[in-house]
Amino acid sequence: MTAPKTLYDKIWNDHVVHEAEDGTCLLYIDRHLVHEVTSPQAFEGLRMAGRTVRAPEKTIAVPDHNVPTTLDRAKGIDNEESRIQVEALDKNAKDFGIHYYPVSDVRQGIVHIVGPEQGWTLPGMTVVCGDSHTATHGAFGALAHGIGTSEVEHVLATQTLIQKKSKNMKVEITGKLRPGVTAKDITLSVIGETGTAGGTGYVIEYCGEAIRDLSMEGRMTVCNMAIEGGARAGLIAPDEKTFEYCKGRPHAPKGAEWEAAVAYWKTLFTDEGAHFDKVITIKGEDIAPVVTWGTSPEDVLPITSTVPSADDFSGGKVDAAKRSLEYMGLTSGQKLTDIEIDTVFIGSCTNGRIEDLRAAAEILKGKKIKDGLRAMIVPGSGLVRAQAEEEGLADIFKEAGFEWRLAGCSMCLAMNPDQLTPGERCAATSNRNFEGRQGRGGRTHLMSPAMAAAAAITGRLTDVREMM
Amino acid sequence: MDKFETFSGVAAPMPLVNIDTDMIIPKQFLKTIKRSGLGVHAFDEMRYDDDGNEIPDFVLNQAAYREASILIAGDNFGCGSSREHAPWALSDFGIKVVVSTSFADIFFNNCFKNGMLPIVLPQEQVDLLMKDAEKGANARVEINLEDQTITSSDGDVIQFDIDPFRKHCLLNGLDDIGLTLEKAASIDSFEAKAGAARPWA
Repeated sequence: MTAPKTLYDKIWNDHVVHEAEDGTCLLYIDRHLVHEVTSPQAFEGLRMAGRTVRAPEKTIAVPDHNVPTTLDRAKGIDNEESRIQVEALDKNAKDFGIHYYPVSDVRQGIVHIVGPEQGWTLPGMTVVCGDSHTATHGAFGALAHGIGTSEVEHVLATQTLIQKKSKNMKVEITGKLRPGVTAKDITLSVIGETGTAGGTGYVIEYCGEAIRDLSMEGRMTVCNMAIEGGARAGLIAPDEKTFEYCKGRPHAPKGAEWEAAVAYWKTLFTDEGAHFDKVITIKGEDIAPVVTWGTSPEDVLPITSTVPSADDFSGGKVDAAKRSLEYMGLTSGQKLTDIEIDTVFIGSCTNGRIEDLRAAAEILKGKKIKDGLRAMIVPGSGLVRAQAEEEGLADIFKEAGFEWRLAGCSMCLAMNPDQLTPGERCAATSNRNFEGRQGRGGRTHLMSPAMAAAAAITGRLTDVREMM
Repeated sequence: MDKFETFSGVAAPMPLVNIDTDMIIPKQFLKTIKRSGLGVHAFDEMRYDDDGNEIPDFVLNQAAYREASILIAGDNFGCGSSREHAPWALSDFGIKVVVSTSFADIFFNNCFKNGMLPIVLPQEQVDLLMKDAEKGANARVEINLEDQTITSSDGDVIQFDIDPFRKHCLLNGLDDIGLTLEKAASIDSFEAKAGAARPWA
């Protein structure tokens, strides 16, 4: 009998091409997702070395970071550097014969939303992309992680990556969530507990009743932020919900191949008694709707709390907290719900899927955003946008006073014109509250779509449970 | 890639924890389609004010550290995005080595692809090097990868660990892709086997 294995062990073992004596492995990559920011230098490297893309049929490209999200974007990109970067991807996709969803395609969107939506991401696969939020795809029980541009070039040329195996970590969320608590609150609360380096060196498997109860969209939100906890990847074992989500998608298997795939996918779970190097258990009922107060995703507190003081911390975090409080313009002891905001951003690969928009619409229905507030909803893909329009969500947003945008990364990292100005304070459903992340001097509070919608109505950070 | 040779250089102290990739190279500089020329933008928002003037307090703007080739940094250096622009910017500035108690995974990997050496040490040893770095330009630190040692300006010798394969690649300036392509036959046979077992992938 073989030793019990974790889900991570199983996927890893099925992809080892070669293992050296020191444990360095060559790992086969099933899906390589590509966007315009981290790929031009990699394609250039291929050209200079006279190399080709080894498996263009497994390589999928889509521009997302730089693309404007305003309704007039068909007129082109004003910023010259952004335009050149997107044009470079257009050309590279064509020259190397890889799958491509250009800006003009209704299927265009954020790479981590397009992959699952088109059925490129499937259970048991290895998925990489030159983007740290590749962790998102772990929701399907796929081993998915971000890579740098040199590694992008390596995967393009060889369809493999040189890797050493990470350790196994289990994050179990037991029982049920309370009303108003979402996948975003789970993933932020886990980072609040472990810190942004707590997962370094690990692949996390999320499990437990509260995780099983999540939809695929919610699971993607949870795995998306595994990287914010420092982990190489986040994983959730595939189940009927996963299969249901994949079935019928354009690039999912069909017929007998589908049956064979499902039979294989059903073997993808952690065996009883498998060893985890680290285990974190959180009771679902203990998780509250949370927001971030500082400039690290670990700066998480329940919305009912007050702004902490630097003295509440120890070690290097004391100075970091001081710096964060100053940057964020907050006073310790202030109630979080007294913090007034200027802007609301709903979107990103963390929370730009249909379910996220439904959650926001549920709160916004028949309401108006606070006077003077700037609020935008940026769907994660053209198809999410189309579905939201069909379901009537877009009308709710527009009537409430939100701008209803086209798909892209937008204000999550502000590489396109969607940016905060210095001192502008934003309730955001994205994944990073780093200094300057949403624009130089911009102040970001991370939260769930429902919480962001609630903040839009009141103009301050708000406990969504008061509106339910 | 250049071979990583033994050198001695100025170490700059950056004790802040969680220095993220947005701090190392903000997004407006990710629009380049080249690898070079990012050094002038390294730590842009900490280094320059809104008008583009140097902020005198920032360590790399101080006379003693303008030529720094080593960073002694707080915990979890390089957290955040996968942008290889972060090591590109540091390398272009002249940084060859970063020492910390911990690094974010992707940043750590990216360093090696660019001939840079990230070194993980226990807190006490990072503290010792931080103090040494605070002395300024006269405190030159030697990095010897072959022997896996850091020698402080006071002559303290600190041993560090490194993955043997990565050490070999750095010392010899080896290109990963070339090495992997030598295993093309193994990739071919893996593809044939996996293609039969999991044709949908």
